[in-house]
Amino acid sequence: MKILVGVKRVVDYNVRVQVKPDGSGVALDGVKMSVNPFDEIAVEEALRLREAGKATEVVVVSIGPVAAQEQLRTALAMGADRAILVESAEACQSLTVARVFAKLVEKEQAGLVILGKQAIDDDAGQTPQMLAALLGCAQASYASKVEVNDNSMRVTQEVDAGLQTIDVDLPAVISADLRLNEPRYVKLPDIMKAKKKPMDTLSLADLGVEPAAALKVVKTEAPAARGGGRKVASAEELVKELKNKGLL
Amino acid sequence: MSKVLIIGEQTGGVLGQAVGRVVACAKELNASEVVVALFGAGDLASAADAAAALDGVTRVVTVDNPANDHPLAALVAPQVVALAQQGGYSHVLGSNSSFGKDTLPRVAALLGVPQVTDIMLVLGERSFKRPTYAGNAIVTVEVAGDGVVCGTVRSASYPAVGNGDKAPVEAVSLDVALPSHTRYISQETSKSDRPDLQSAPKVVSGGRGVGSAENFKIIFSFADKIGAAVGASRAAVDAGFVPNEMQVGQTGKIIAPGLYVAVGISGAIQHLAGIKDAGTIVAINKDEEAPIFEVADLGLVGDLFQLLPELEKLV
Ligand SMILES: Cc1cc2nc3c(=O)[nH]c(=O)nc-3n(C[C@H](O)[C@H](O)[C@H](O)COP(=O)(O)OP(=O)(O)OC[C@H]3O[C@@H](n4cnc5c(N)ncnc54)[C@H](O)[C@@H]3O)c2cc1C
Ligand SMILES: Nc1ncnc2c1ncn2[C@@H]1O[C@H](COP(=O)(O)O)[C@@H](O)[C@H]1O
Repeated sequence: MKILVGVKRVVDYNVRVQVKPDGSGVALDGVKMSVNPFDEIAVEEALRLREAGKATEVVVVSIGPVAAQEQLRTALAMGADRAILVESAEACQSLTVARVFAKLVEKEQAGLVILGKQAIDDDAGQTPQMLAALLGCAQASYASKVEVNDNSMRVTQEVDAGLQTIDVDLPAVISADLRLNEPRYVKLPDIMKAKKKPMDTLSLADLGVEPAAALKVVKTEAPAARGGGRKVASAEELVKELKNKGLL
Repeated sequence: MSKVLIIGEQTGGVLGQAVGRVVACAKELNASEVVVALFGAGDLASAADAAAALDGVTRVVTVDNPANDHPLAALVAPQVVALAQQGGYSHVLGSNSSFGKDTLPRVAALLGVPQVTDIMLVLGERSFKRPTYAGNAIVTVEVAGDGVVCGTVRSASYPAVGNGDKAPVEAVSLDVALPSHTRYISQETSKSDRPDLQSAPKVVSGGRGVGSAENFKIIFSFADKIGAAVGASRAAVDAGFVPNEMQVGQTGKIIAPGLYVAVGISGAIQHLAGIKDAGTIVAINKDEEAPIFEVADLGLVGDLFQLLPELEKLV
């Protein structure tokens, strides 16, 4: 079984992004970019399935600018077998990304797709479910545990009420949550090896994908700032303040 | 004028607390009709009554089907699409619960339209504000084209509507082939008599600083004293102090209680994303430089193991 894994290039999770004063977006110049943290977990899970003999090949895919090769190389260094960059200078939104993955599933005859539960830049959390809809296959979202059996998987999903377990037939789309695994560290020799692994570059047109109707972002602004607070000196003072505010 | 279909949630006949919040958002859409759809197997009557009583709801439809016993996105989505198409709705909304976030994108893709995640403000029938970058950049988006507008509503941005005139309830049966590729197995829910984290007016959360599952008792005890729900940071959940459903933040629950007390939590941006709309934030932390103090209305520097019992005595 071949596994496709999504690897999105996003602003590193430690960066406190700044909104541009003219409202045209967030300042990205010189900002550290990384693999979306949920995608790192997705890659790790795919590698573990391959190592357990449940999968034969792990193919990592990024849709984005040429610079996303960097993140694909990171995934290759983790152990993925090959990479596909679907180059698009314009950022693609979830439905378009899902269309790309749908084409690649068909082209690669993949048996499983593992994506992150959300990209930490747009915080959309849509692509896996949209892809499953387009493929007419099962989705298992917010996965914290997966187990591959012959033609199905048992997945534990993190839901509001706790943990929900479902069985899904393959092919399926899984979205990875934080507690699915702890991604491995990449070692220097792996980075050297990754340089020799195959990376294909395709365009949306090569795959016959038309960009989908999208959300037009007309303005970006900083959130309303919270009025700065103050420190109190003691537990007594805190309780008094909260009682004054009618909160206790 | 818009015509809004809301995917309602119910468990065992109890209407989900978020439905009233989604209705509040729908009312801003200049709606001529606001219809709540409920999916279940038997036993939908009391949830339907509760939904019908919500102010602004014009009709409730119940879809009773054994397949909806434990509603799963892959099975509910095609039913929603059928309802949306038959009824000629302009909008399909759900809440930003795990079920809503799992289902709406599937509905949107089946309809071939984009989806708006976490609507925090309605600016027009196709124009919304929503958070990105863990709430650090708020974007105004317009939904292109003229397709159905699909979105999840950020519960923390909308207080639930109250009750109004009783709307009619209608049972419908849908002629939709449901897939067999997804099967419910089981659910693990930790039982608790404490208030619900997502709707409680007061929340006390513990972080890594609490140190262990055993120590978390001190958080529960204080919360019980003031009648608060209990939450946690990701670090506390990952360390196994408390179960995952208690996580607050960008990837956990996004809440807006009147009072939020963060105990032994440093205040990472991902955690703050979950509490930006709280009324009053109180932080208790031994590190006076902890970033949580930058957002806290009232900060108390010191050892939580000393301060919490003291506070518990004082209230
Ligand atoms: C993609 C992604 C998503 C994430 N999503 C979330 C999320 O949804 N929610 C979330 O919370 N985190 C999330 N995180 C993790 C986040 O970045 C932080 O790692 C986490 O919030 C830290 O938790 P903490 O504050 O409990 O722990 P720490 O940062 O370790 O802070 C512990 C605090 O306790 C204080 N302390 C220790 N002992 C005492 C004592 N005796 N008395 C008083 N104070 C004490 C310390 O001074 C310190 O400030 C996410 C991270 C990533 C990468
Ligand atoms: N441009 C992209 N390239 C590769 N994978 C993507 C891309 N956009 C989204 N994904 C995948 O879909 C997941 C959810 O993204 P989103 O729906 O944007 O929150 C991500 O964690 C990725 O696994």
